[in-house]
Amino acid sequence: MKRFDLIIVGAGPSGLSAAIEAAKRGLDVVVFDENEKPGGQLFKQIHKFFGSKEHRAKVRGFVIGEQLLKEADEAGVKVVLNATVIGLYQDKEVVVKIGEEISHYKGDSIIIATGAAENMVTFPGWTLPGVIGAGAAQTMMNLHGVLPGKKVLMLGSGNVGLVVSFQLLQCGCEVVALVDAAPRVGGYGVHAAKVARTGVPFFLSHTIVKAEGDEAVSGVTIAEVDDKFQFIPGTEKHFDVDTICLAVGLSPMSQLLKMAGAKMEDNPRRGGQVPICDEYGRTSIEGVFVAGDVSGIEEASSAMIEGRMAGIVAAEYLGYIEKEELDSKLKELDCALDGLRQGMFAPSNRGKAIEKTEEGIDISTNLLKKGYIADDEIERFPGITHRKGIHPVIECTQNIPCNPCQDACPKKCISIGENITSLPIVLQDCDCINCGMCVASCSGQAIFLVDEDCGDGTATVTLPYEFLPIPAEGTKGIALGRDGNKVCEATVVSVKTAKAFDKTNLLTMRIPKEYAMSARFFKAEEA
Amino acid sequence: MNSVNDRSRDIGPFVPGPDDDMLICRCEEITKGEIRKAVHEGMWTMTEIRRYLRTGMGLCQGQTCSKLVKGIVARELGISPGELEPATSRVPMRPIEMRIFANEAKEVGDHE
Repeated sequence: MKRFDLIIVGAGPSGLSAAIEAAKRGLDVVVFDENEKPGGQLFKQIHKFFGSKEHRAKVRGFVIGEQLLKEADEAGVKVVLNATVIGLYQDKEVVVKIGEEISHYKGDSIIIATGAAENMVTFPGWTLPGVIGAGAAQTMMNLHGVLPGKKVLMLGSGNVGLVVSFQLLQCGCEVVALVDAAPRVGGYGVHAAKVARTGVPFFLSHTIVKAEGDEAVSGVTIAEVDDKFQFIPGTEKHFDVDTICLAVGLSPMSQLLKMAGAKMEDNPRRGGQVPICDEYGRTSIEGVFVAGDVSGIEEASSAMIEGRMAGIVAAEYLGYIEKEELDSKLKELDCALDGLRQGMFAPSNRGKAIEKTEEGIDISTNLLKKGYIADDEIERFPGITHRKGIHPVIECTQNIPCNPCQDACPKKCISIGENITSLPIVLQDCDCINCGMCVASCSGQAIFLVDEDCGDGTATVTLPYEFLPIPAEGTKGIALGRDGNKVCEATVVSVKTAKAFDKTNLLTMRIPKEYAMSARFFKAEEA
Repeated sequence: MNSVNDRSRDIGPFVPGPDDDMLICRCEEITKGEIRKAVHEGMWTMTEIRRYLRTGMGLCQGQTCSKLVKGIVARELGISPGELEPATSRVPMRPIEMRIFANEAKEVGDHE
């Protein structure tokens, strides 16, 4: 039986991060993954990540995946693909199906980083072809280049539902509605806002009554629910769709740990059955560690830090590093993880209805109920300022741990300050040179460059634009408001692309000046 | 004694529901009604339900339905899903062809 210092199950963000840290410290590491490609969900993530520099903020998920694979390779990590771990036995024996054979491996330590699986909900017709998980939609679009459908209804307003809805729009699908039984949007307001301004209606406190169709989905009926999640008669709404996408949460894939005899608990805050473990991933079995979603549902950025922690803990467990090195490294990673677990969406705030920002400003209720900030709410946020000439307008209104905009401006016009969750402000003596770096750097696509009065009765608005085809200069169309409804006619002045923008195009449109603070998206006139 | 194991508890009779014919475990084609009925026939744990109906024993190995089945059983018993112990985890964790399962790789003297 082949022996390794460390066997890792799962080559996603946490597993790869763990492998890198352990291998760098001299451990002989192998990573098994059942998929044909490594990276877990990272290669499906085409949006820019949030956070700060140390969390690889404003880098797109798939690029982070490429970086991790390169680092793992350089550190000497062996990644075995199409390798399904089918059993974890006593004394850390791992049984793996590789190709058409069964192999046995002995790990002196083991890290389980198997991630999570999508939840499903039932309704009449839920087994019809065309009802798919949001993760499946992402796999089809972003790994295989296959369109999941033409007209899609998304159930779930968490970050997965919002991000995948945007990706569906980018692929050219029509998203007819975004529906959630909860009364408030679950994900980041900025993710909701970028979907809403393209014209996708949000239906909160609604859920699916039934999917219709004989051979496959041809339609769907939703209805409003009361506070006990019972349908309210007479509120039914019908949509013709060919696809229903479910983004209703994730459950940890922790079965291997249960099989190995680790102490488990049912913890709804962590997403279901999870191993009982300490903050660094030590389970009840000595030498068996966990990292990432398998020990509690979070997101990729924190999974990468948890992975690094587990890799270092395993290195110390096997005597490759001293306790002092372990402690100092963990302290550093604790800080990085704390940075991510702050703000309105911090794990400790889960289930709480936050009414005010850390600055004491009332949160936009419209953003929580309809996915966009209402025109009469926007002015109260500190990123919204008015002045002569071109200046940034930052529609970032919820405290999330993210600060790339602060470093993006070469003129240092934008400040977040010490606290990474603070809302960005535009400094008074701002000397904006219209470079667009702030617009492209904002992972939430919430920054606009506005010239409120060009002197000829018009205004210009520069917005982040991640759709194809890119409209040519002079293209006429309509400007949409934050709510996705038409506000006025618009003409494209320019579309800037640059390597530094990392595929976020900067579309500048000219509009009548009275709409400078309400026009936030451009739609070309349909021929 | 935990409420799940207290078999003397009266959970009332099986009352047919309008959505009893809805498939829950699609691999093994088990309906909601069959699961609810099984509870009234004395299957009060996830392991018992699995052995009785084969829920979660098909191609996806319960990846899709185990949480749904758990919710239905818990509701029928009048307890929270968290109180129900999940069914035993066993090898193989993923569906596997018998010819592969029995095909041990040859050791090539790689003991270190």
